Amino acid sequence: MNIVVCIKQVPDTETQIKIGGDGKSIDTSDIKWVMNPYDEFGVEEALRIKEAQGSGEVIVVGAGPKRVVEALRTALAMGADRAVHIEDEDLYGADPMFVAKILAKAVEPLNPDIIFFGQRAVDDDCGLVSSAVADYLDLPQLSVCIKVEVGDGKVTVHRPIEGQTNVLSASLPVVITTQKGLNEPRYASLPGIMKAKKKPLETKTLADLGLEREDKLEVVSLSPPPERPAGKTIEGETPEELAANLAKALHEEAKVI
Amino acid sequence: MAGVWILVEHRDGEIRRVTLEAAGAARKVADELGTEVTAVMLASGLEDKAAELGAYGVDKVLYAEGEAFAYYTAEVYAAAVAELVKQHQPDVLLFPASLQGKDLAGRLAAKLDVSVAVDCTALAVADGRLKATRPMYAGKVYAEVILSGQPQIASLRPNVFDVVETGGSAAVEKVEVAAPEPRVTLDEVLKEAEGKIELTEASIIVSGGRGMKAAENFKILEELASVLGAAVGASRSAVDAGWRPHTDQVGQTGKVVCPNLYIACGISGAIQHLAGMGTSKVIVAINKDPDAPIHSKANYSVVADLFKVVPPFTEECKKIKAAQ
Ligand SMILES: Cc1cc2nc3c(=O)[nH]c(=O)nc-3n(C[C@H](O)[C@H](O)[C@H](O)COP(=O)(O)OP(=O)(O)OC[C@H]3O[C@@H](n4cnc5c(N)ncnc54)[C@H](O)[C@@H]3O)c2cc1C
Ligand SMILES: Nc1ncnc2c1ncn2[C@@H]1O[C@H](COP(=O)(O)O)[C@@H](O)[C@H]1O
Repeated sequence: MNIVVCIKQVPDTETQIKIGGDGKSIDTSDIKWVMNPYDEFGVEEALRIKEAQGSGEVIVVGAGPKRVVEALRTALAMGADRAVHIEDEDLYGADPMFVAKILAKAVEPLNPDIIFFGQRAVDDDCGLVSSAVADYLDLPQLSVCIKVEVGDGKVTVHRPIEGQTNVLSASLPVVITTQKGLNEPRYASLPGIMKAKKKPLETKTLADLGLEREDKLEVVSLSPPPERPAGKTIEGETPEELAANLAKALHEEAKVI
Repeated sequence: MAGVWILVEHRDGEIRRVTLEAAGAARKVADELGTEVTAVMLASGLEDKAAELGAYGVDKVLYAEGEAFAYYTAEVYAAAVAELVKQHQPDVLLFPASLQGKDLAGRLAAKLDVSVAVDCTALAVADGRLKATRPMYAGKVYAEVILSGQPQIASLRPNVFDVVETGGSAAVEKVEVAAPEPRVTLDEVLKEAEGKIELTEASIIVSGGRGMKAAENFKILEELASVLGAAVGASRSAVDAGWRPHTDQVGQTGKVVCPNLYIACGISGAIQHLAGMGTSKVIVAINKDPDAPIHSKANYSVVADLFKVVPPFTEECKKIKAAQ
């Protein structure tokens, strides 16, 4: 079985995001870059499926600047077999729909049975890429999954939605997106990190894929989040007093209860 | 001009509230553009419900009846909506950034060769085009975005846009639209406990963190939540400790929520947690550590032991509810 995992490199979730000089992109000078946390679940699940089947290949694919190689190497160190990097220095911040076009082109020749994506990238918070790739490659999609079971030529997943969990099946090949709860991603071991250095990593350009940059979603400006009004400390000598004063403030002042 | 469209989301035979929020948003956009609001409804046996949308700002409903539309699958819905869009050429298409809306967006946009402004918190019209505001980096920055091409598609964050009761009525027009054979099948629906309120759509959330100390202690939050009609959330620490299910996690790698009131109990306010609830309209922090970062985000801070404060607070809330 061939399993592809698409990996986005994103700012570490601790990062303070600063707006760049152009007012419409972020200042990337001081950022620690990591693999999108949801993509780690995809790598882990792919490795588990391969291990359970006793055969197959796990290929990780990432598009973006040169630094994206680090995220791909992390996945190789976790145990993925090889990587494909679509290198483009200006790609960070691109329309996810264009990124989907790139990934569809890059993934198709790999003949995957399953393509894993994160349910969303924690930077653009879009969650567009996976279902767009599914459409470009004419594959069914199973999104936001907390359980994946691979059977004979088919896959069954658990997808929690508002107030219920849907158990869904589709035949392979299929696109699956991951949600926290699916698994506990392993850490890269030291031998894993050593081995990763020798694993194949292929580099392609947009031209190799016959694509030219096009953005149909444009950020015109970025701004800091709206300021929250200064808070109040609830006063009171006893817990009962605190409780009463809080209830009063929420009822009479904030009018939310 | 075919105006502003919304896509109706329904479940278990009912139109979902998030659809009414989209209708309210669409009404405002349509008024600014000087056009109409049309709702597209793909369903099975819900024609009677369609006309009800008129009371929430919808002028017209395009209703497509079909077995294949009884429950949502991305392939079927994307194909059917894309076909209707190609026939009627709306300028704008809005739908909720619910799990369904998020699942649909990329597939639909791919078919129409456009992009999507996902999970918007505000919409404006400038020079006859949509300008959408959407949080990025889990709310650490807000982006103003524009879309090229037609239709301009935006999905709307639940709980942000007001439901507008216009009291009108909508003309329902039946349409035929082909649906492909779905390749995804729904084998089973595992229902959550009766009456459990979805976090992303709750107007009040009571949330617990590591300070709750044990799974069974969440009982006091459940009690408070049931008095307030609230949903119960959790920090990642509480989830990772196995005290709460993953679906309860609020934060950058959990749910992004926007309730009117968020009560954080025994939560320190780590950046990844704030990312998920920082846009809540009113935040209450109950934390015994005066230096916990959650206090600096809170509208109301209670520096105290949550186990001592929450039970009497629940009693106070009961009194308020009884008087209402
Ligand atoms: C990649 C990544 C993603 C993450 N995603 C998320 C996410 O989505 N959501 C999330 O929540 N976290 C997330 N985290 C984890 C986050 O960094 C914090 O570790 C976590 O939010 C801390 O949870 P907590 O506030 O419950 O626990 P703590 O930080 O341990 O805080 C417990 C608080 O309880 C208070 N307390 C203790 N006892 C009492 C008492 N009796 N009465 C009152 N107060 C009391 C303490 O003063 C303390 O402030 C993520 C981390 C990483 C690295
Ligand atoms: N530049 C990229 N390279 C590889 N995979 C990506 C890239 N951008 C997005 N993805 C994949 O698509 C998922 C969702 O991203 P997004 O639609 O941008 O939120 C991510 O979790 C990745 O699996």
